[in-house]
Amino acid sequence: MVHVATIVPISLTVGANRIVPAVAIPYPLGNPELPEKEERELRLNLAKKALRALQVEVEKQTVFEE
Amino acid sequence: MAEKKYRVVHYLNQFFAQIGGEAKANIPPLIKEGAVGPGIPLQQALGEEGEVVATVVCGDSYFAENIEAAAEKVVELVCPYKPDVFVAGPAFNAGRYGIACGAACSAVSNKLGIPVVTAMYQENPALDLYRKEVYVIPTADSVRDMKEAIPKMAGFMRKLGLGQEIGLPQEEGYFPRGIRVNQFVGRTGAERAVDMLLSKLRREPFQSEYPMPTFERIPPSPAIKDLRSATIALVTSGGIVPLGNPDRIEAASASKFADYNIAGVDDLTPDAYQTCHGGYDPTYANDDPDRVLPLDAMRTLEKDGTIGKLYDLYYVTVGNATSVANARKFGKAIAEKLKAAGVKGVILTST
Repeated sequence: MVHVATIVPISLTVGANRIVPAVAIPYPLGNPELPEKEERELRLNLAKKALRALQVEVEKQTVFEE
Repeated sequence: MAEKKYRVVHYLNQFFAQIGGEAKANIPPLIKEGAVGPGIPLQQALGEEGEVVATVVCGDSYFAENIEAAAEKVVELVCPYKPDVFVAGPAFNAGRYGIACGAACSAVSNKLGIPVVTAMYQENPALDLYRKEVYVIPTADSVRDMKEAIPKMAGFMRKLGLGQEIGLPQEEGYFPRGIRVNQFVGRTGAERAVDMLLSKLRREPFQSEYPMPTFERIPPSPAIKDLRSATIALVTSGGIVPLGNPDRIEAASASKFADYNIAGVDDLTPDAYQTCHGGYDPTYANDDPDRVLPLDAMRTLEKDGTIGKLYDLYYVTVGNATSVANARKFGKAIAEKLKAAGVKGVILTST
């Protein structure tokens, strides 16, 4: 499981082991300021990042900043 | 002139009443005169002020399988003794016994208006079921704690028997019932909070007025070795639901989660989906629900072979003021279903 969440400290507190920081609270995988095409690309990249995190062995809670 | 002794009826299971073990767990409620088993040291602790006039006994399995009927029968048996106090247990960590104690106390309290008290371990599943309506005294998790439990119960029973007022949990030693009582305090909350912070900064002890729940640490799951053949599922606490919120997931303090089928859906659009989460500005999620549940991105990654398959169902709840207990429950249930379905990984999105 990978947690894509904006407030990383909360995700850490509740014990998620793989965390990918999201964009913002009302649009974790989006950005209404961007034109549609770029927003979709941003979302796709975040999803890819989340999937990459699932493929990394971790021993403790890890935030995938990158 | 001697004071009238307050009368106590005690509830025990078949084991503590020395009737038998599991083989006798099916006996229906019965009543015996005087104190039995742990009721004897309880009577000693009450001294001359109180008297255990009778002991109600029921088999743990009988009670757990017939809660309402058994509780009613207990009430019927207790009534003629006209006790001033009804006490059950201590149940320690025994689940069925805890439920029987809680249910018996609850019924006696509601039907006969008699003050009640029981005792059990904090992890006894019965505690959360009955703590709001019945005083429950904490014990350790096994019968080894009997020697400590008895005087605590006796002390509390004495107060009930003498008609004394019961104060706050921390003063009287019972499990907090979740009842809020307004009080006037000398200083404002702001002043008290700053004082606590100053103490914390000075590494001095301080007493929190609101202890935070503790969260367990779970060992990380192993990495996915072969993503290209893996089924990945989407789960969200962001409240993305079909338009109209058909299962009525609450905007706050969700009491449920739901699953929805997205087979053949490539994109979440405002004519078919919405958010029902009351804790963030819904405008952006309603305009494009993919911003919270990234279905379109996952479809792309499924089509280009990055992942084997996007699971046909997604799971949703609302993570706004959701109780930790419920969140745990939902998480466990969802995980079990996903595991049974052969899902290898989950992307959980939160707002």
